[in-house]
Amino acid sequence: MNRRKNSEAERLNFWEKLYIPEIAKGLGLTFSYMFRPKFTRQYPEERFEPTGSYRGRPVLVLEEDGERCVACGLCSRVCPALAIEVQAAETEKEKERYPEKFEINMLRCIFCGFCEEVCPEEAIVMSKDYDLVFETKKDAIYGKDKLLVPIAELQDRLEFLRQYK
Amino acid sequence: MNEISWILIEAGVKALIIIGMMLLVAAASVYVERKVSAFIQLRIGPNRVGPFGLLQPFADVFKLFLKEDIIPAAADRWFHRIAPVISLGVAFAVYAVIPFADYIVIDDKIIQFGIAPDVNIGILFILALTSVGVYGITLAGWSSNNKYSLLGGLRSSAQMISYELSMGLALVSVILITGSLSLTDIVRDQAGWRWNIFIQPLGFIIFLVSSFAETNRAPFDLPEAEPELVGGFNTEYSGMKFGMFFLAEYANMATASALIAMLYLGGWQLPFPPEWLGLQPHTLAMALAQFAFLVIKVAVLIFFFIWVRWSIPRFRYDQLMNLGWKVLLPLAIVNILITAVVLYILK
Repeated sequence: MNRRKNSEAERLNFWEKLYIPEIAKGLGLTFSYMFRPKFTRQYPEERFEPTGSYRGRPVLVLEEDGERCVACGLCSRVCPALAIEVQAAETEKEKERYPEKFEINMLRCIFCGFCEEVCPEEAIVMSKDYDLVFETKKDAIYGKDKLLVPIAELQDRLEFLRQYK
Repeated sequence: MNEISWILIEAGVKALIIIGMMLLVAAASVYVERKVSAFIQLRIGPNRVGPFGLLQPFADVFKLFLKEDIIPAAADRWFHRIAPVISLGVAFAVYAVIPFADYIVIDDKIIQFGIAPDVNIGILFILALTSVGVYGITLAGWSSNNKYSLLGGLRSSAQMISYELSMGLALVSVILITGSLSLTDIVRDQAGWRWNIFIQPLGFIIFLVSSFAETNRAPFDLPEAEPELVGGFNTEYSGMKFGMFFLAEYANMATASALIAMLYLGGWQLPFPPEWLGLQPHTLAMALAQFAFLVIKVAVLIFFFIWVRWSIPRFRYDQLMNLGWKVLLPLAIVNILITAVVLYILK
């Protein structure tokens, strides 16, 4: 018989089979954990500060002379959740087109970032906003008033896109 | 008024005080449980309700009061209602025979700390009542008419029967040493560091493990094993009826801790001669000191219960039965044998 001793009960030695020293060891471990520093973040007081790679709510980049968006509708086309609605109109400016209406339904948005990836003008980017609150379904549809964000606040993300996109 | 009514009034007042104390102890244990579990898992635990989250248990109970009380359509309504009452009532009733301190003498009148601490069948009474407590859980599981609840209830009855045996046998050794079933006598017998834990270390371990199983605490909380049985026997309970089971669990834990303290850790005996504090026996100061030390012992044991719950994983059902019948029961019998032989030789 050269059967190897390999079942769980056979691999234990006498003291391990007694359980009690092993249980004491385990208890000692958990007790030592009670005095370690805690991981918990006290959320409303201590906020999480995301880096540039974070995909928060999508926003439209607002430069000094108006939004970058040319209302090509690619973002709306690529959006897997059908959250974006764009209506184009003409403008006297050099870019010739601008979005008359740009709405993102934040209840549908899945924060995938496809809109940002597909945008030829780098006009829609993911921001660092993550605490989105609304009380009605109507409030959840963000129009241009909420979507346009000054370019100065989006530098981290734009820098990240330039490096890694 | 005649004497009987005075005794009844006295018992009633004591019962109210004890029930109030138990509710506070249960609330405190819930808080400690949540804090200790959080600390062991490197979390902070409740800290929003009141200073350090101290009012969290009261917020929990308030929430439970406001919840809808649902009785499943197919449930046996009568037993479904009565099961949590049995559980909680039994948990409280045990305190009738627990002595919280030695009796005190004021103006030649003897005042007992406890409702009937001197009753000469104290331990039997507690064992009998804790067995009735199983009915609460088993009835809850059965009357819910839910397969998971039923499994939980059945498990609890099988588990309790298995572990009650070794628990009772471990107790026999203590009774052999003391020669009395009265808790007061057992505590008095342990004066001056003659604690039973030193005389009966094996019996202490058997009793400790069995009381974990008796109180349905992890690692023996199979009647409510969440991963396999949804919520076990209390799956179909909501609102304050669930709250009563919850409360009963913590009251039972306090009972088990008090019992272990009484039987093995010297009960209300001070860990040093009372003369050091200038205390005379049977005075109020002495009784308060004794009560304080009992509370400390019970608190340490409750902490131990909680600590074990968050350290050791749940047993499998066959492992539980193996441990109960193949390990603890023979060990308890051997323990009785040794104790009896040693006592016979010493006599």
